Amino acid sequence: MAEERKRKPMIGLQSDTDWSEYRGVMVVVEQRAGVAKAVSWQLLGEARRLADKLESPLLALVIGHQVQGLAREAGYHGADRVYICDSPELASYRTRPYSRVCLYVIREYKPEIVLMGATYAGRDLAGAIATHLPTGLTADSTQLDVDDERLLLASRPAFSEKMLATILCKQFKPQMATARAGVFEALPRDEARSAEIVVVPPQIDPEDISTQVLGFVESLERVNLEDADVIVAGGRGLGGPGAFSLLKELADALGGEVGASRAAVDLGWIGHDHQVGQTGTTVRPKLYIAVGISGAVQHVVGMQNSTYIVAINKDSEAPIFRFANYGIKGDLFQIVPALAQAVRARRSGGLSPEGVLEPMSAAGRGE
Amino acid sequence: MLHLVVCIKQVPDSREIRIDPKTNTLVRLGVPAIINYYDLHGLEEALRLKDEFGARVTVVSMGPPSAEKALRQCVSMGADEAVLVSDRAFAGADTLATSYVVALTIQKVEERWGTVDIVFCGKQTLDGDTGQVGPGVACRLDIDQLTYVEKLESLDLETREVTVHRHLEDGVERVKARLPVLITALAELNRPRRASLPGILRAARYQPIVWTTNDFPTIDRAKIGLRGSPTIVSKTWVPEPKQVQTEWLPSEDSAAAATALLDHLYSTDLPQKLGWA
Repeated sequence: MAEERKRKPMIGLQSDTDWSEYRGVMVVVEQRAGVAKAVSWQLLGEARRLADKLESPLLALVIGHQVQGLAREAGYHGADRVYICDSPELASYRTRPYSRVCLYVIREYKPEIVLMGATYAGRDLAGAIATHLPTGLTADSTQLDVDDERLLLASRPAFSEKMLATILCKQFKPQMATARAGVFEALPRDEARSAEIVVVPPQIDPEDISTQVLGFVESLERVNLEDADVIVAGGRGLGGPGAFSLLKELADALGGEVGASRAAVDLGWIGHDHQVGQTGTTVRPKLYIAVGISGAVQHVVGMQNSTYIVAINKDSEAPIFRFANYGIKGDLFQIVPALAQAVRARRSGGLSPEGVLEPMSAAGRGE
Repeated sequence: MLHLVVCIKQVPDSREIRIDPKTNTLVRLGVPAIINYYDLHGLEEALRLKDEFGARVTVVSMGPPSAEKALRQCVSMGADEAVLVSDRAFAGADTLATSYVVALTIQKVEERWGTVDIVFCGKQTLDGDTGQVGPGVACRLDIDQLTYVEKLESLDLETREVTVHRHLEDGVERVKARLPVLITALAELNRPRRASLPGILRAARYQPIVWTTNDFPTIDRAKIGLRGSPTIVSKTWVPEPKQVQTEWLPSEDSAAAATALLDHLYSTDLPQKLGWA
């Protein structure tokens, strides 16, 4: 039997309390195989605004193996200075080695705010780091701002998404938050921007790497709502899991993805990956078709930035219609298949749109 | 013998929470208290390991005295012991202060019943939705964390290695770690069992162990409850999404409605944006 690692619990750790040197907003860039997650550039976009308001530099931290290209990319996406820690041991994300790098950079370079994507890895890492430091951490932010006292105002869904709460951390630095993908906008990539690159020595402790990543199987089935141009989403009005196949048919015809409300997910009709809403995925497709969704606030907040919203519901009083550019009151079991058929006919046959074209109404919310 | 600790929280059933439309405040009255359901998946996995290898399963919870009911439910499902840490001084704790108390509790459980091999937590709670307490506890106990686990592939007691499948946005990662570890459970991990009749009978007589701050001589009171919580809620509000003018389409005939919708959409810049033009 292997020798057991000696545990060194850190319960009761004290922190120093002079925070005056802490300056700058840092985004920890998440990547897999040298490709950044979109949320990292989105966060850099938002963090640029915060840093400018604070008159502080925007910092990025890139951790991985052979990720020099990403460090430059972080500069193109707005960072003033990029810390890079590159080592074969950091090729795959693991909590301990990545935590050690983050803790080193935070203690050495003292950013006042640290942001990460609220992804599985981001939440795993942020929770560990905030405990180590220790500092306050706000999960799943959907709005970020700073005030005159340099406090981070991180707002997030609360009480099962029915309200939003603004959370502050006054006593400790850095102030930390994870933020949801799809909420913020990345800056346009600009190769004219260049960042100062600072190489951070790897902080590898052999004890840290006892955890081994044996492999990664990419899921081809997995939905990608965040990047979808078209989403056809279903809710409680579908009456059961079966009707999602009709939505899939329409989504396929439109080249889109299938989404769902929290109600449909909670009922077990479809997997959590399909959930649209503040703590599901916040989406901004060009076309969003809500089928049998009543339009609870938490759902609408998660999709209101779609360019065009269509609602199909048998109840004309359903709140969803107040947020929809186009409304069809009726039986989804009739309308959705008819729509799928019409879309296929028009897209494949190259038929010119029949009927009288009405002028573009004021309802459209083009960008 | 394996020692498995399961962390649970009693939470209001979030599906039952409503907002009063007049006052824009939460209506909590009559909202049932349930065990956070991800925690039940953690408990089930511990009980499965107990069935397979033999193990001691200890459930711990921080909460008000009424949480004893949730702990009895865990005993009825097959947990051996249940500990409630309950004290007014713990109230108002954020995730950092909570992980401090839960980690202290697990240390005390270890002193009493032996070193822990696996700590199970739910991936997040229904009321907090943060997923931060699990990593916080692992960090404080200085054990490895395996978060968002959807399958426990194998446990090798000889090598003391556990292999799990972690669910990520773009796929599934297989990870092997050395015990002791902390695992946070997804709903996909298993299907929680129902209580057995002997379990129900035992739970009816079972008195959960209750610890207060007095049971932790080394506790740092500056690190618990509201005072020990670095985060504060400065305000809460109900979001009001922007409303738009809705164009109603005729819906007597489905095919006509479908055609009308497409005509409208084709008259916008959408086909161009989507590359349909």
